[in-house]
Order: sequence, then structure tokens, then C-alpha cells
Amino acid sequence: MFKARITVTLRPSILDPQGKASHHALTELGFTSISSVRIGKFIEMDIAAGSVDAARAQAEEACTKLLANQVMEDFHIDIDEIVST
Amino acid sequence: MSVRFGVIVFPGSNCDHDAYHVAKHVFGQEARFIWHKEAELGDVDFVIVPGGFSYGDYLRSGAIARFSPIMKDVVRFANSGGLVMGICNGFQILCESGLLPGALMRNESLRFVCKNVHLKTESLDSPFTQGLTSGEVLRVPVAHGEGNYFASDDILDQLEDQGRVAFRYCNENGQVTKESNPNGASRNIAGILNEGRNVLGMMPHPERCAEAILGRPDGARIFTSIVDALSVGA
Amino acid sequence: MSNVTLNEPEITPELAREHGLTDEEYGWVLEKLGRVPTYVELGIYSVMWSEHCSYKNSIAELKKLPRDGEALLVGAGEENAGLVDIGDGMAVAFKIESHNHPSAVEPYQGAATGVGGIQRDIFTMGARPIASLNSLRFGSLDNPRVRYLFDGVVRGIGDYGNSFGVPTVGGEVYFDPSYEGNPLVNAMSVGIVEVGKTASAIAIGVGNPVYIVGSATGRDGIHGATFASEEISEASEAKRPSVQVGDPFTEKLLLEASLEVINSGAVVGIQDMGAAGLTCSSCEMSEKGESGMIIHVDRVPIREEGMTPYEIMLSESQERMLIVCEKGKEDILEAIFEKWDLHAVEIGEVTDDGRVKVLWHGDLVADVPAEHLALGGGAPVYIRETKRPTYLDQTGAFDESLVPDLAVTDVRSVFETLLASPNIASKRWVFEQYDTMVRTNTVVGPGPSDAAVIRLKDSNKGLAVKTDCNGRYVYLNPRKGGQIAVSEAARNVVCAGGKPVAITNCLNFGNPYKPEVYWVFKEAVGGMGDACRSLNTPVTGGNVSFYNENPESAVFPTPTIGMLGVVDDVENHTTTFPFKNSGDIIVELRPAGFPGGGIEASEYLSTVLGRTEGDAPRFDMSEELAVQEACLRLITNGVVQSAHDVSDGGLLIALAEMSLASDNLGAQIDLAPVASGRMDGLLFSEAQSRIVLSISPERLSRAQELVASMPVEMVRIGVVADGQFTVKVAGTTVLDIAPEAMNDIYENALPNRMSNKLK
Repeated sequence: MFKARITVTLRPSILDPQGKASHHALTELGFTSISSVRIGKFIEMDIAAGSVDAARAQAEEACTKLLANQVMEDFHIDIDEIVST
Repeated sequence: MSVRFGVIVFPGSNCDHDAYHVAKHVFGQEARFIWHKEAELGDVDFVIVPGGFSYGDYLRSGAIARFSPIMKDVVRFANSGGLVMGICNGFQILCESGLLPGALMRNESLRFVCKNVHLKTESLDSPFTQGLTSGEVLRVPVAHGEGNYFASDDILDQLEDQGRVAFRYCNENGQVTKESNPNGASRNIAGILNEGRNVLGMMPHPERCAEAILGRPDGARIFTSIVDALSVGA
Repeated sequence: MSNVTLNEPEITPELAREHGLTDEEYGWVLEKLGRVPTYVELGIYSVMWSEHCSYKNSIAELKKLPRDGEALLVGAGEENAGLVDIGDGMAVAFKIESHNHPSAVEPYQGAATGVGGIQRDIFTMGARPIASLNSLRFGSLDNPRVRYLFDGVVRGIGDYGNSFGVPTVGGEVYFDPSYEGNPLVNAMSVGIVEVGKTASAIAIGVGNPVYIVGSATGRDGIHGATFASEEISEASEAKRPSVQVGDPFTEKLLLEASLEVINSGAVVGIQDMGAAGLTCSSCEMSEKGESGMIIHVDRVPIREEGMTPYEIMLSESQERMLIVCEKGKEDILEAIFEKWDLHAVEIGEVTDDGRVKVLWHGDLVADVPAEHLALGGGAPVYIRETKRPTYLDQTGAFDESLVPDLAVTDVRSVFETLLASPNIASKRWVFEQYDTMVRTNTVVGPGPSDAAVIRLKDSNKGLAVKTDCNGRYVYLNPRKGGQIAVSEAARNVVCAGGKPVAITNCLNFGNPYKPEVYWVFKEAVGGMGDACRSLNTPVTGGNVSFYNENPESAVFPTPTIGMLGVVDDVENHTTTFPFKNSGDIIVELRPAGFPGGGIEASEYLSTVLGRTEGDAPRFDMSEELAVQEACLRLITNGVVQSAHDVSDGGLLIALAEMSLASDNLGAQIDLAPVASGRMDGLLFSEAQSRIVLSISPERLSRAQELVASMPVEMVRIGVVADGQFTVKVAGTTVLDIAPEAMNDIYENALPNRMSNKLK
């Protein structure tokens, strides 16, 4: 069993009003050293697969098919094996 | 012979009845609802993918709807030249399903916006707009949280070069200005056509302003155009 | 009672206290049951005898309200919402309800689930919701926490309603420091149903199967009092979010499936699960049907592992219903919910022994007589102690003659201050976040009218709906304030072209155990009753929300009125307030011999002079009736171009609003001085029973004729004009302002306050 942790964010070239508004708010609150903020989605899923590679392949397909719209979004996947205790 | 309208119904559609009402009762055409779990459209001349929240749209507007059984047949219908109009959520679904280029992002204001906007008619070269006049200004409501049209500059240039921008947000005098853009859409784009000009996607809701009792009935101009185009063709 | 292997706490008087039961109430539980309750039973009694479910501290007063009328198809409190026959075979189901405390904790979800809950009350009756309204109160926008609450509430209402697909057509927002920390969020829904096709919240027919439908059950909103139980570890507490989360998409599915299943004929009874969830619905349906119910609580679809019967019975998870199905029609019901991808699980059956029996894997964990628990049955009823609050002596001592009158040179700045006051300024920032038009029935939405107007397709009729309450008036004179709340809501409906027919109410007050609070409550409810009787608008139901307190005292007593009116000819009678044409004559319709009003209780006195004092404004019930009748007569005879009642901010603000909402029209106003000679009262008095009309010049004499025999007067006060908005008093110009300048102030006030979020 593997756990995939996926982040979906707007592509860097695209205006992210949520990130922009939050950045503005943080600056107002005195966080002047924060120079940029991007906001995206975080998706966690458990995948039954034979290997890390197989799990990654599934996660990638899920992203390209449904979870991200590549017209405007990028995604990043981290995979960890779930070790049962 | 009257035009046969098919209105797609997703479980979270909520403008389905509005589109049906205009087609059936305001324009006196044939109309029927088509459930999202159906595999075939059946005998229709015109498909409306209506507004709403198709499957809740919690992930991304229209992302899940495009995998519904009926959308396969809508794509087939469109690719064989059938007329398809996506309004609001319908526009989002048509983009997600690849019938139209680009995507609809969250409004720049990060807020849902419902109000009347003005649209400048840019292209008359489609069944949806052939009855309008060039530059005609229509007042039509918008109601969406994700209507900020985005596409790469190449695609935007292509849309413009090929005359596929159907409507742009403008002020009441027809001037395309930043202030008249309700959602931050690229180049004030409110509605676009596909290459074959048989698919239109638009964020504003013409079905909400097709009767005098609801205010200036500018939306009826678009439906008149559609009905005339199909009646002449028949 | 069988032994069940659940790790449940021992039942003690202390545990009962932690559940919110008084020692006396726990004594009644022991007496009625004849034994010590089980843990599940203790949960059931505590929640059913809570203020929210039992109305134990308010029912005695509520029963004094007029609750009959020939058009009422169900009595107040008999079903989930009021039901009014509007003719043509149609009935309107409508109700308003509070979600104040959840919204104070989590404004977005609190408001969203408030909207969701009230919709279920409507469609559980078989009616399709066609319009939503909301009535909101917040503290001062200078406080960043208030801005956070306001923003969250508006988003929550918008996101839920927009997705659900019912237009939010109207409402009101007021700001006053008294609501600091305790906002009021009252949501109203209006639905339509064919007469005779309604559903009832009843369980009858022994052996009929009982279904739970909709969402799975989680630990949302389980009775807060139980958190203190010593058996509950920190870890399990973390699992118990007291905030319910709304899912408008599922609600939409539940709406469609519920209406479909009601129409299918498979439903014997249906009740939504709001407060106290499965407990409340099973007890109330059983009590109403004088039947009983067996619930196999282990069969309820759950969202989280390891939920106990106690938790499942008390969960307030949203978007669920309890349905009694006609035996033999299970397949029909199940197929409909399958179509809409929703759970429909048979969890029990109807019995005839008057008891609600809860089983957990076959073991009985609760066995209680339904009659003990339901409102009007065995639930406690209290007559609370009352005491007239002493603050009324101070506020009532206000003497206008000691307040310096407004100087001519100050009119402009005072006018601008009022236009920018959040209570008066444009609420566009709010209502543009709501879908106000979906379903294409909104003939008049928020903004240009005193009430929203909804058409009914296939009928000439329309509905005019409005929520209203000026809490300041009720605070300063509870009885008169209660009368005004109802009367003003009715006047608003009249100004839109409707005839008021019935009300729903949401009574927001402080702690009822404080005698002063209870005195105010009793007086205000009495005042509402007076007005409802005079106007012939019975009370169809609603809700009571006590314990609304800021850190220092109770919030302004706020009995929000949801008024339903019928517009007989929606195409021709619907009236809005924007000026229509240059040259139209502006008149003030008011009681005959109106002597002029004072500034007591006014927005002017409060906002400009910082004083919340005086009696409630001048008001007389018979004058009010005459003015409303006259206005409706003028409108239905087609002589009125626009109508707007004089309320917050007085005459000058009413006139300004008619200009602001118009297509850039100004006006030339020419006022005669009032008897007192005071400028402040003339311009800003909130004396009641006044309506500004604009009438085209050729219809003016016809208009005068129509009201000639009535005890009202129609006084010419100006003319609609292109260009400037000018006001003269006895020949002296006191205001001369461009509509664009007014518009800047009026439209930008709220957005400016809100964009200031973090400062």
C-alpha cells in the first residue's frame, strides 16, 4: 500500500488571486520577508500497487485525467510506502 | 417544423429548467431533458449544457461532469456538426471535455458574482449569433464563481484571428474596458466558438433574460438567432 | 433493559446536569420513566427538552399569537413550516429560522447549514423552494472580527444557496454594537406546492418501514453538553466537531429525490433531521401519529468508525431525512434514491405502542414514550418571571427639545454620513455574491424594491416577500417595536404591490432566565400579536432563539418577521421604488393630519448623534392600516410609478434611495416645515406609516380621488427631474447634490469598509 500526496497549483505564469490576496494580507500583518504566496490544493490518497513506480503511474494518471486541469494547473506527487504497524 | 432542444441534466444542474422553459414556453419549440446517466442524446437538433454545479463542482467546475455517460454522446454529436451551447457551468464542462479550448478559473475577486453585464457581439458567423448585428450590445446576467476565462496567448490570438470570440464583456456603450470585466477573463472574453462554429460556450445566462417580465429581454435575441438558423436550415 | 457492551458512563444527577437538564427536570425523567434512564435515553431527554426542541420557555407566550386564518392549511407548529393557500390550487410553504450560535463560532459553515436546514423544512413538506431570504445582524464593522464574521456569513449563504439552486431574493443587514460577538443569522425559505400534494411529518401504519435517507451520519454537532462527560477522553473529543458542515450538492440531490418520492405515493410521512437529528424526527413523527417506532440504530449508514448508538441518535449531520414508507412500496422508494445516488436504508418500522425503541444489534438501548418528549406533550413548559428593565427609564427620558436642531449648513454632511452608514448604504456588496435569479422567477430581486417579487409560472399571481425588524425600536419600546416590525414588513410588501397574508417569525432574544429579558420578550411578542391581528396576517410558525448575548448584555431584542404577500396580477401590480420619469410628481402618502415626527429611535440620532434613546417612533395601528390600504388601492388601480416606505434614515433617505436606484434621475424636493419647526425631524424622522410615491402628472387627480374618502393625506413634496437632487425647505435650499456624487458615497461605503479587512 502506498500513500500519494499530491499538490495541485496554478501554473506559475497564471495569476493566483488567492495567493496574491493572502500575500497582501501577510504583508499587512508584518510578514515583510515573505516574498510570494501561491495557493493550491492538497490531495492525499492510498493506492494499492506492487511498487512505488506503479503507484506513481496511477497517481499521475489520476492527476492528468481528473485532479488537475493542465490548461492552468501543475501537479506534484510524493509517494511513500505505508508500513503497517 | 419546430426545433428539438435537448437540455442535459446533471444531478447538480440548476439552470436546466430555465433553458427548458425558454425553449419550450417562450419560443414554443420542442424541448426535453436528457439525464446524465443516459448514453445517447436521441433525436435532437440542439443541445444545451446548462448552468449549475453538475456534480457539486467541489474539485473544479465541470471536471467530473465530462466523464458522465451523456457527455460522450455530446462530444460525438458536436464532432459530427451538431449544435451545442454551454452556458456557465455548461461552458466549463465543454472546456473540460475538450470541445472548446481554455479553462475557467476562479473569479479574480475570489467571490461569486451575480449581476447584469453588457456583452459586445463580436462574431456573427455562427448559428447562435447570425441574427445579431455586429457590435450589438446585449445586457445579460452572469452568476458564477469560476468564470475567469483563461487560455494561452497563442490560443487567444487564434480565437481572435479566426473570429471565434462570440462575446466580450463591455460597458453599456459597447466599449471593452477593464471595469466592465466581471471576473478577470482574458481579453474580456465572455463566450467563444469552436473551429466548426457549431459549439458555443458562454458564461452569461441568456436564458435568464428572455422575457420582458424579467427585465430587458436581450437573451431572447440569441435564442431567436438559433431558432431562425435551424428553421432555415431544415 | 438488556446489558449492552458499550463503554457508557454511569447515569447520575450530575451527568444529567452536564446534559443541561435541571435537577427538577431530571426528577421528572425518573418519575415518567419509573427508572433510571439509559445513557441513550438521557441523551434523548436532554436534547428533546432543550430550549431549541421544546420551546419550554417560549411556548406559553407563542400560543397567544393569532395562529388561525382561513388561508392556513396547517396550524403553526403542526408541520415543519407554515402552509398558506394562495388560490389557483397553489399553496406556499414558508419559514424562517435562526443559526446564530453556529455562525458565531464558524460563520461560513454556520450560515451555510442554516440555509440548508431551512430549505429541508420546506421540501420535506413536498414544496419546491423557490426563494430564499436572510436577515443578518452584526456588531460594528470597525471590529475586524465582525468583518470576518460578516464576510464568512455572506460567503456561506452564497455558496450554499447558489449551488443548491434557489435564488436569494432579499433580506436585510443591520449593524449595531449590541450584536458584537453574537451575530444573528436568520434564514428564510419560501416554497410552492399544489394544494393536496403536501407531505406530513407523521408516522402511521403499524409495520410500515422507516427509512433514513440522504447523507451518512457522522459525529457532527453532537450535543455540546456531553463533551464534559468524564468517560470521554481528549482523543475522542477531538473527533467530535460541534460545527456541522454543509454539502449543498447532496442537499440538491435530496431535494429532487424527496420531491420525487413524495410524488410517487410511496411516502406516508417524512421529516427532515435538523436539531437532535434522528432523535427528534423519530419522536416527533411518532407523537404526531400517536404511533411508535422501532429503530435499529446499528443499521444507520455512518461516516466514521466506531460510532455509538448515543452518538448516532444525537448526531446533527446535515442533509438527512427520515421517511415512513408505505409497506409494499419499498422498491419505488429505493429506486428513486438509487437514481439520485443517495443512501436509503431501512432502519426500523412503525409500531402502535406510543414508544420509540432504539435497538443496537438487537439489544434495546432506549425505550421511551414519544409523548414525553414532544412539544405540547410531556416536555416541560415554563412561565418565566418578568421584570420591566430599568434601562427603559433612562432611554425613555429622552427629550428632543434638549437636542439642538440641525443647522441648514450641516444638512449636506449629515446626509452624506447617513448615506455611508452601513445600515443605509447599498448592500450590493452582499447581494451580488448571491445568485438572485436562478429559476427565472425573480421579477424584482434585491435592491430596487421594499420587497422581492417572485412570479409563479402558469399563473398571473406572484409572491411579495420580505424580512424585517428594527431591533432598536424593539429595544426602546418592546411592544410598539413588535407592532412596527410586523407592520413595516407588511408595508414593504404593499409597496411592492402585494397583499400581506401571513408571517413567519424568528425571535432572537437574550437569556430567558433573566426577568428583564423575558419581560421584553413577552411585550414584543404581544406587540407582534396586536399587529398580526389588525393586519389579518396570522403567524404560521417560525423559531425562537434565546441566549443571544454580547459580553455586557442581551443583543437588541430582534423579532425578525418574514412576511408573505400575494401579488394578484404580477405583470401589472408589481411596483419598485426607483424614480421612473422626469416630470413625475412625488407625494408623501401619510395618515391624515400627520403632525410631523420626531427623531427618537432614529438612525440619525444613533449614527450622527451617537444616542440610542427615546421611545420607538410615532406609530398608530389604525393609521398604519389606512395607509397600507390606500397604497395598495393606488397601486392596483395603476396610478403609481414607484413606491417606497419611509424607514431607516427617514424621508430624505427614502427620497435619495429612489433617485439612487433610478436611471440617473434627480429630483426637486420642496418641503413645508413641520409643526415643531424642526429640520432634523422633517428630514430624518422615522415616524411610521408613510410612503413616498411617484405618480405621472396626468394620473395625479385620479390618485387623489382614489384615496379621497380615506383617513390619509397625499402631500405633494416634489418632482422627479433630470440632473441634481435638490431639497428646499420653506424656500431655502438645504441640499443640492449630483446623483453621481450620492451614488459614489452610497455604493462605495460597504466595499470600502470590507476591503479594509486587516486594518
